[in-house]
Amino acid sequence: MFNTPKQSLQQLSDLVAKGRLSRRDFMTRAVALGVSTLAAEHMLTTSALAQTPKIGGLLRVGAPSASTDDTLDPATLDDSFDILSCYGMLRNNLVDIDEYSAPVPGLAESWEASSDVATWTFKLRRGVEFHNGKTMTVDDVIDSLNYHRGEESASSAKNLVEQIEEIRADGKDTIVFKLKDGNADFPVVLSSYQLLIFPEGTRGAEFDKGIGTGPYSLQYWEPGVRMEGKRNPNYYREGKPHFDEVHVIGINDVVSRTAALQTGQVDIMSRCDVKTVHLLERNSDVQVFQVTGTKHYTAPMHVDAAPFDDVNVRKAIKYGIDRQAILDTILLGYGELGNDQPIAPTMRFHNPDIPQTQYDPDMARYHLKQAGLSSLDVNLAAADAAFAGAVDTAVLFQEQASKAGININVDRVSEDGYWNDIWLVRPWCMCFWAGRPTEDLMFSSAYEAGADWNDTRWANPRFNDLLVAARKELDENKRREMYYEMQQLCHDDGGAVIFTFAADVQAASADLHKPDQVASNWEFDGHKVAERWWWS
Amino acid sequence: MIRLFVMVGERLLFGAITLLAVSIIIASSVDLLPGDVATAILGQAATPETVAALRKQLGLDLPFYQRYWEWLWDFLRGDMGVSLTNERPVAPQVGERFANTLLLAALAAAIAVPLSLALGILAAIYRGGWFDKLISSSTLAAISMPEFLVGYIVIAIFAVELGWFPSISTLRHDISFLERIYVMLLPCITLALVVMAHMMRLTRAAIINLLASPYIEMARLKGVGTARLIVYHALPNALSPIITVIVLNLAYLIVGVVVVEVVFVYPGLGQLLVDSVSARNLPVVQASCLIFAGTYVTLNLLADIFSSLANPRLRHPR
Repeated sequence: MFNTPKQSLQQLSDLVAKGRLSRRDFMTRAVALGVSTLAAEHMLTTSALAQTPKIGGLLRVGAPSASTDDTLDPATLDDSFDILSCYGMLRNNLVDIDEYSAPVPGLAESWEASSDVATWTFKLRRGVEFHNGKTMTVDDVIDSLNYHRGEESASSAKNLVEQIEEIRADGKDTIVFKLKDGNADFPVVLSSYQLLIFPEGTRGAEFDKGIGTGPYSLQYWEPGVRMEGKRNPNYYREGKPHFDEVHVIGINDVVSRTAALQTGQVDIMSRCDVKTVHLLERNSDVQVFQVTGTKHYTAPMHVDAAPFDDVNVRKAIKYGIDRQAILDTILLGYGELGNDQPIAPTMRFHNPDIPQTQYDPDMARYHLKQAGLSSLDVNLAAADAAFAGAVDTAVLFQEQASKAGININVDRVSEDGYWNDIWLVRPWCMCFWAGRPTEDLMFSSAYEAGADWNDTRWANPRFNDLLVAARKELDENKRREMYYEMQQLCHDDGGAVIFTFAADVQAASADLHKPDQVASNWEFDGHKVAERWWWS
Repeated sequence: MIRLFVMVGERLLFGAITLLAVSIIIASSVDLLPGDVATAILGQAATPETVAALRKQLGLDLPFYQRYWEWLWDFLRGDMGVSLTNERPVAPQVGERFANTLLLAALAAAIAVPLSLALGILAAIYRGGWFDKLISSSTLAAISMPEFLVGYIVIAIFAVELGWFPSISTLRHDISFLERIYVMLLPCITLALVVMAHMMRLTRAAIINLLASPYIEMARLKGVGTARLIVYHALPNALSPIITVIVLNLAYLIVGVVVVEVVFVYPGLGQLLVDSVSARNLPVVQASCLIFAGTYVTLNLLADIFSSLANPRLRHPR
């Protein structure tokens, strides 16, 4: 596509406005387009800089899921309070995910892949300093990533980095990754919230000093209570961050969190109570916003265990469930319907052409008949550890499916140890997935034959062939075709009833400048609220 | 007096045995719960390899009695160990939280105890009247509501509507004592509302009981005024049961307030204990439980000492 200089200039100034292009880069490119320096300066001040971020102020975040057991150890980050502190404020990744879910340069300035996408070369940004004044080197990066690898590792990112065969330095600012197999999405893997860069040799309790390269340096940290960060004046991104200070306050109770926002003790909160959020919306000092990302609720069936080993039984159950009713009653409409495949509508290769499975007791009966059954008795294990409302959902399942001759016995189990004793163990249970940034990561985490978290024990040969092929494919159109077909296979043959994608419902002070595009990968603008927002 | 010292000595000994028994019960029940620290930390992200690696790092692959013995040995030498989840030493962590809890309990008691004594006495004096009925029914209502609901109502009125106090009591490290009291007032009011009914009703009942006795009748016939009658003649004899109920409520204020801590985001020991149990973080669970058990033992002992001191028949045995 060829743009007139005027269009190009407009695009450039929009980029400056969105903070994706620095002022200096704008001037250089504008002059290259044949505009005089003076005119370019004028364009900036009139259009783009109208949205200039304001520097300063204190942002207080009311974060859920705070626990006195939280640490700033990247290997054991588990929920918003510690992820926002560690990944959102103190440290950085080699690769960042921008608000459009695309990988963009972070501590790595650029990267390229070999033709088989099995060897990746990353160029480090030069002169980046840790909070303690030490300059970041390749050794820091290699040590930070190796921390998650190897036998001894107890990191939750262990299986993400297992694909790496070798990491080595090539000179002072180049790192080469040799993968066991090609992976076109490898840069996205490096953007995972665990794969943060810290000074070489940091281990154990040292992590709680919070030394990193991030936009804020650690002032105060009390696990489960609060974290306070101060603007890092040497942050590598020019003009960022915007706040002088950011405090993360752990408030686990949703009513308390809401009251704290209403009374101005925090400026932004997540996980609003959907039952009362309409009351919050009436408050003119508060802006409520929702983002539907990759979070989804599922009910995985073991496809190798009777009766779920018959695809007709699986289909009967998929038809026997009223997804709309669940979305309306459990999530009060804050979300989207799921269609038995895990690729969210916001993702790059989401297949919009698969017809939505609707509640249809007659179809369910028909499929039962195909399986040679007139009625079906099954157990469904549920606890609210899976997701808030999981037990209620199971009871809804029971009632809806009974109209199709499927008798679901809801087995209420203990919340303690749910992920260990129930999930992956029981033939049918309730489950939650936060989702993954790429199609490949989602599928290879939970749907690839033999994967650790393949909670349906599904092993579809065509699906697995496509998964491996798509991983190495660089041609976007071919990849799209493959992922489309994989979603169809999941929908038709897979063992997971994926009934809803859940929205993140969040609220912030009306005086905070909310970007036009809010990231959908995590709550709190992809946990980057401290870097991307400002006081208007 | 000697008898009192013997009793205290005996009770301290039994207290120590109780604590030892508590520690064994705690350790074995945490062990019996499904899952352990490794699975709690890793949650849904657990794989068999990572769980095994973490168990090894934390020494969870050792048998139960060995882990308990090592903990006990360290504990007896004054070392509470380090938290399994964040590798911080347990003693300062628990100590700071316990100080917060004590402060909250003390402040709540400072509001609740004088108020419930005064209201109890007034209700006894005006028994059967509208004042008595009002006080009795409103304190009953407060005790019948779940604590979190009382907390939410207090927040809705004093923080959201009136804006007098902050709705959360999260403490900053550099906060002054007065500010600290200020941010803690709402949880204190909530706790006071919750514990007042018990103390107030017992005070009222004990005094009414005494007011019917012959010596009070005698004093009244001799022309003693109502105030003097209650404070000098009735109250000293009612003190014994009142002290017991006050001390039991103090114990409750220290060990039973986790719900209020959560609602007001107050970093007390209860919250730490709940988090640690869900993470199966045994050293912290042990330390917190022993503090709680110790509090109960000590306060019960104090209740007995004070009620014997308040009882002349026990002080001057014939």
